[in-house]
Amino acid sequence: MAEGNNGFEPKIVGFLCNWCTASAADLAGTTRAQYPPNLHPVRVMCSGTVDPVYVIKALLSGADSVMIGGCHPGDCHYVSGNYKARRRIAMLKNIFESLGLDSDRIWIRWISASEGPEFAAAVREITEETKKAGPNPLSANWAL
Amino acid sequence: MEKRVGVYICHCGTNIAGYLDVEKVTRYAQSLPSVVIARDYTFMCSDPGQDMIKEDIRELKLNRVLVCSCSPTLHLRTFREACQAAGLNPHLCEMATIREYCSWVHSHDRQAATEKAMAMVAAGVRRVIYRDPLVTKYAPVNSNTLIVGGGIAGIQTALEVANSEHKVYLVEREPSIGGRMSQLGKTFPYLEPAIDILAPKMEQVADNEYIELLSYSEVTDLAGYIGNFKATINKKARCVDATKCDSCGICWEKCPVEVDNEFDRGLSKRKAIYRPFPEAVPNTPVIDREHCTRFLNGDCTICQEACPAKAIDYEQADEEVEIEAGAVIVATGYDTFDPTPIEQYGYGKYDNVITSPEFERMASANGPTDGNIVLKDGSTPKSVAIVHCVGSRDENYNQYCSRVCCMYSLKYASFLKETLDADVYQMYIDMRCFGKGHEEFYKQVSDAGVNFVRGKVAQITDIAINDEEKGKLIVVGEDTLLGTLIRIPVDMVILSVAMQPRADTDRIARVFLLGCSRDGFFLERHPKLDPVGTMLDGIFAVGCCQSPKDISDTVAQATGAAARAIELISKGRVEMEAATASVDTEICSGCGYCEAVCAYSAIEVDPKINLAVVNEALCKGCGACTVNCPSKALQLKNFGPKQLLDMIDEATKEYAGLAS
Repeated sequence: MAEGNNGFEPKIVGFLCNWCTASAADLAGTTRAQYPPNLHPVRVMCSGTVDPVYVIKALLSGADSVMIGGCHPGDCHYVSGNYKARRRIAMLKNIFESLGLDSDRIWIRWISASEGPEFAAAVREITEETKKAGPNPLSANWAL
Repeated sequence: MEKRVGVYICHCGTNIAGYLDVEKVTRYAQSLPSVVIARDYTFMCSDPGQDMIKEDIRELKLNRVLVCSCSPTLHLRTFREACQAAGLNPHLCEMATIREYCSWVHSHDRQAATEKAMAMVAAGVRRVIYRDPLVTKYAPVNSNTLIVGGGIAGIQTALEVANSEHKVYLVEREPSIGGRMSQLGKTFPYLEPAIDILAPKMEQVADNEYIELLSYSEVTDLAGYIGNFKATINKKARCVDATKCDSCGICWEKCPVEVDNEFDRGLSKRKAIYRPFPEAVPNTPVIDREHCTRFLNGDCTICQEACPAKAIDYEQADEEVEIEAGAVIVATGYDTFDPTPIEQYGYGKYDNVITSPEFERMASANGPTDGNIVLKDGSTPKSVAIVHCVGSRDENYNQYCSRVCCMYSLKYASFLKETLDADVYQMYIDMRCFGKGHEEFYKQVSDAGVNFVRGKVAQITDIAINDEEKGKLIVVGEDTLLGTLIRIPVDMVILSVAMQPRADTDRIARVFLLGCSRDGFFLERHPKLDPVGTMLDGIFAVGCCQSPKDISDTVAQATGAAARAIELISKGRVEMEAATASVDTEICSGCGYCEAVCAYSAIEVDPKINLAVVNEALCKGCGACTVNCPSKALQLKNFGPKQLLDMIDEATKEYAGLAS
């Protein structure tokens, strides 16, 4: 998004569960935690509603990484949505690997509503790691 | 129908406009397809801001509204109500969070924040375009209230709610309710003994038929949502049968084990079977299983043999209880600052350097010294220094002001003057006496001949440099009004220690899904307009777990929280998620994958028509089924793939340079 002086600024799409990670992001804001502006937040009702199609779509459209933020295991607002997300993302990563694609660009994080600092730290980490990994080749090489 | 979107970009004073270029974002919004009007305004949530939206809906025939401001948890309802007032279905209004997710967290990079806001606005427009009008539905509210913490905040809230004849569960971790207030001597500024005004309230809790007191218990888990919470409570075994025990006291007289009494801040001893203090509610003693010989070695039965009521039951086990409640009030209180790390003040090194909570116990009629102030050797102090702001207003410990120390320090001075006619020195930074009757009390104490010395104390030492100082504690510091260094020899030093968040705040925050502000206290929903609410609907935080405050303020806030709980209960219903799942009957193959994945059994395949059918009363709108549906026949209303895919498109576009 913001092109810094020293090169690559990754685009990251974050699917944030309304009940935990999106609230943690609210809290990070309220407490004025500072983190890189690379993550574009998309509030979803549950991490279990994140269709792998959305993750693939983001990576094809030009995202360099995708973050999925859900409730801690055992704490899902909808009983078990985060478990579904966990398995779906694990499968997706598997498929990515078998196709020779970079599964490390898919991040899943459990961040509760009270963990504002953890949210900011996660964004920092994902941004840093994505910078190291470089631009996502998937979006550039893909012709639909 | 043609989509006519109105985009409203809020400055939030300078909270947004101070960190990103609102004008550029507005101009960009105006250039987006379907956007009829884009405006910016100082405060969109204000009446003029809302009127602007209403007028545009009517004049410009808007049929979609996007407000780009704070988190939807704060004002989505406000803006939806405004839309409804102008005749637009409230579900056609959407928010983009450019304050919490953008301006506040990228406040050092104006250009990047502006570009990110542009992306968020563009994505928001794409999201709102595909929204459909929905009918708002309601769920019933459980009429019970769960109150966590039995200090004055919890007691006050419990009584207020119970007086409306609604059931209250009051959960207290300690063996008795009463909290910190029960440990205090007198209260400022009118010098009423704390226990004298508290004990009747504690009794009222015990006697109130609408209050179920769960003492010696802790909430370990909270599930559910506003109106319908389920709490799991661990009820620790007292090992004393409360139905048989009449608190005669023989058990604790006979018990051979002595332990530091935490209620008296370690200034006295208690037994392994004990009642925390005479006015305790409930008054039944409890066996401290960590120290009781019976539980350590298994061979002592002295208390059981001595008990005339046969009330001692070593076999009693911890119990897990589940309760339901519509509202939850967290009133878990505070800890006091331990001054040991401030080595130069000599706490723990010098016998007669004590903390304010220790002084409170000494000054209490039911305390370890029967209300007498004594030095370690039993004699009476003739001179006392009170050091303010220990652990408060100190960059090394807590930046905040604990708000009560000035006043209780004045209370100590008044007490010492009156009972001992001692020389008292107030070592203060600023006197903050802002409450009702506080300034008058300051004047009164000041007139009584108490010495006020302005300046932070540098050191407390016993190294004398002249005869006058021999055998005394010497308070070393600077009098910043006189501009001189001072040494004041005294018999006793009281450290007025800070109020701090509870040591296990993190655990409590996790259970009740609360956020903490930078000082570590629980975060209120809005510092001015909703100091009682939290970010989660139906959960409130009151008293010193939210911020340091005195008893009057705590009681006022607790009464406010009770009103909020009663509001919820008496209304009897809460708005339910209207955005449930829906089935595209042309695509659905009736495979039943959705049925298997639904946590609420809200979807069933009707064999007669071979289609999935959503029970809207049960569906919570999580969307798990939409991902599992192989033919994508299931969609979440107002949050379908079209919206998400479009949003992703907007999010991954190139914005760099747009704001330069």
